Amino acid sequence: MAHSTADAAVAGHAHDHHDHAHDDHAHAAPSGFMRWLTTTNHKDIGTMYLWFSLTMFFVGGVLALGIRAELFKPGLQLWHPEFFNQLTTMHGLIMVFGAIMPAFVGFANWLVPLQIGAPDMAFARMNNWSFWLLPPAATLLVVSFFVPGGATAAGWTLYAPLTTQMGPGMDLAIFALHILGASSIMGSINIVVTILNMRAPGMTLMKMPMFVWTWLITAYLLIAVMPVLAGAITMTLTDRHFGTAFFNAAGGGDPVMFQHVFWFFGHPEVYIMILPAFGIVSHVIPAFARKPLFGYSSMVYATSSIAILSFIVWAHHMFVVGMPAAGVLFFMYATVLIAVPTGVKVFNWLATMWRGSMTFETPMLFAVGFLFVFTMGGFTGLICAIAPIDLQIQDTYYVVAHFHYVLVAGSLFAMFSGAYFWLPKWTGHMYDETLGKWHFWLSIIFFNVTFFPMHFLGLAGMPRRIPDYNIQFADFNMLATIGAFGFGLSQLVFLYTVLKCIRGGEKATAQVWEGAEGLEWTLSSPPPYHSFEVPPQVK
Amino acid sequence: MSNPASLAVSGLALGGARKALNRQVLIRLLVVTVLMFGFGFALIPFYEKICQVTGLRSILQADHVGPINTQVDVTRSVGIEFDTNSRAIGWGFRALAGGLSVHPGEVQQAVFEVRNDSARAVTGQAIPSYGPALAAQYFKKIECFCFTQQTLQPGEVRQMPVVFVVDPELPKSIATITLSFTFFEVEGARVLPSTQPANRS
Repeated sequence: MAHSTADAAVAGHAHDHHDHAHDDHAHAAPSGFMRWLTTTNHKDIGTMYLWFSLTMFFVGGVLALGIRAELFKPGLQLWHPEFFNQLTTMHGLIMVFGAIMPAFVGFANWLVPLQIGAPDMAFARMNNWSFWLLPPAATLLVVSFFVPGGATAAGWTLYAPLTTQMGPGMDLAIFALHILGASSIMGSINIVVTILNMRAPGMTLMKMPMFVWTWLITAYLLIAVMPVLAGAITMTLTDRHFGTAFFNAAGGGDPVMFQHVFWFFGHPEVYIMILPAFGIVSHVIPAFARKPLFGYSSMVYATSSIAILSFIVWAHHMFVVGMPAAGVLFFMYATVLIAVPTGVKVFNWLATMWRGSMTFETPMLFAVGFLFVFTMGGFTGLICAIAPIDLQIQDTYYVVAHFHYVLVAGSLFAMFSGAYFWLPKWTGHMYDETLGKWHFWLSIIFFNVTFFPMHFLGLAGMPRRIPDYNIQFADFNMLATIGAFGFGLSQLVFLYTVLKCIRGGEKATAQVWEGAEGLEWTLSSPPPYHSFEVPPQVK
Repeated sequence: MSNPASLAVSGLALGGARKALNRQVLIRLLVVTVLMFGFGFALIPFYEKICQVTGLRSILQADHVGPINTQVDVTRSVGIEFDTNSRAIGWGFRALAGGLSVHPGEVQQAVFEVRNDSARAVTGQAIPSYGPALAAQYFKKIECFCFTQQTLQPGEVRQMPVVFVVDPELPKSIATITLSFTFFEVEGARVLPSTQPANRS
């Protein structure tokens, strides 16, 4: 029996080998659009993910500027309130599901096989499919602006009963989220299988690069919670059209229940958007401090603890719905507990920099900027976690400031850091360091000009998701709008720098950065189309 | 084993076995995905069970009331006010009494009247609400028309009681409780399928 299995394996291999040669031939043949449509190469797919998310980042950014333009001064200037609500909702949905999540999957596609010494992702065809689900989903989202009643205006959290009363734009958003969720789940399964089964000989779990570790944990989170979101929006859909009453009070349902189901997905989701960022920063800081990462194993355990804790804190988003005191206390303490592993990570990064020979090229600037500004967002998170304070600042601009500090300054800055760090590896050219530094300084200054005043607005009581506001909030809002336009325009510098880097520039060496470590730096820049077909030996 | 060529051979020989292993992990993860999709739905009855056990959301079932005849607190009175709403259902809905004054612990009854003004039979469900919200846990309904759905034929008028007792534990600071009911149409329970669907704008 064992013998015949082995035979089958060998036979399978011979067949594979033949297929592979055929694949090589097939890769050479299609050109133009068909090459990208049919590609199963992890580098091509990673590139497409990154371009897709950059496109959606600009789409979501334009919506954000629409929001800020209306809030430039009190009164209604540009939009009807209904359209303003569509702007805030779609900005959130597009940035979360269209920009940040696919961007991290793009990083994973490029880097996970290179960092673990695998020839490609485990399921190359499924990989192609999970990418090509994204453009139709994004199209559905954007098209929903043009259906009667416009796009969904229920907020990115899709709370009932708003969602059960919206027009057809809501249905389009639900379908888009179903597709995006399916894409995420397929991508995650692919990443888990690749990491578990395709590591080079000698690479034990505890020798894996931190980015691979954080993505392994993130992928498990995604597989656990994306189906719950799919369930929640499916229930919304049947409530809307098929007479069920999950969230409809009249039929015995409960809108608050939607919030529980949604945040059971939603809180792990925020860690899905930050853990890979932690992974990227854990590569950049050691490279430019020229020291190994401090406390590698504690980093792994801290990441796992954050992921596990993320499942038992969801109701801290709902302190004002009327929970018993025991429930409030439980969720408050559990939330505060997350500060411990997060603190471990922050201190480890600081300790990595401690007495290192640091230089501040653009990736390091973004990584240090991330560390500083993300920690501010972490602290405001702790403040929001304290229930008595949260009752005051719930649904104010303080919360808006908090989550933009962790998502923009956290996830986005870490991705910029990673993009500059690996761009020379991906393109084979060094990017323009001067432009990169301009991009960093403009981004971090305008980011703070935009979002720092929102703390004060929130503490003074300005509610979020409103197109008009009391005149007392005028000055800070004007400042925030100026910052937002500055921040938005600064991102064009990034676009230009990336394009310039792709088109040419100083040749990058294989090592690229003096202090960089990992298997990806053993390959040429750019790496060959098929890399690690012979697995490297890891000591 | 250490020369690259033999490594390559051993690496490739693993190919088929690795494929089977990959498939195995894939299937396991798909099972997890399906289970978690089900878990999202399982949260609904789970949540309702928790609410039932902890008494968090008992607005549609009779409250458990202990011995009620011995606990009347005649030293104070609480004003009960009524508020009635009907939402997109086409019913007239009012309380027969404008308000009541009750002693905590005393069993009282209030009567409400609904009238179906629309030209079709409609099934409705009343949802109670209290002001101040804190009063909700002290206002015990023993019998209420909101415990069941009501179906009214066109033009039908129905008088319905609420039997309740205000818990003597009610904080002294609450002198007035507003009891509010809103009637919603129960969708999908239209009794005359031949009639036009309601305009839901």
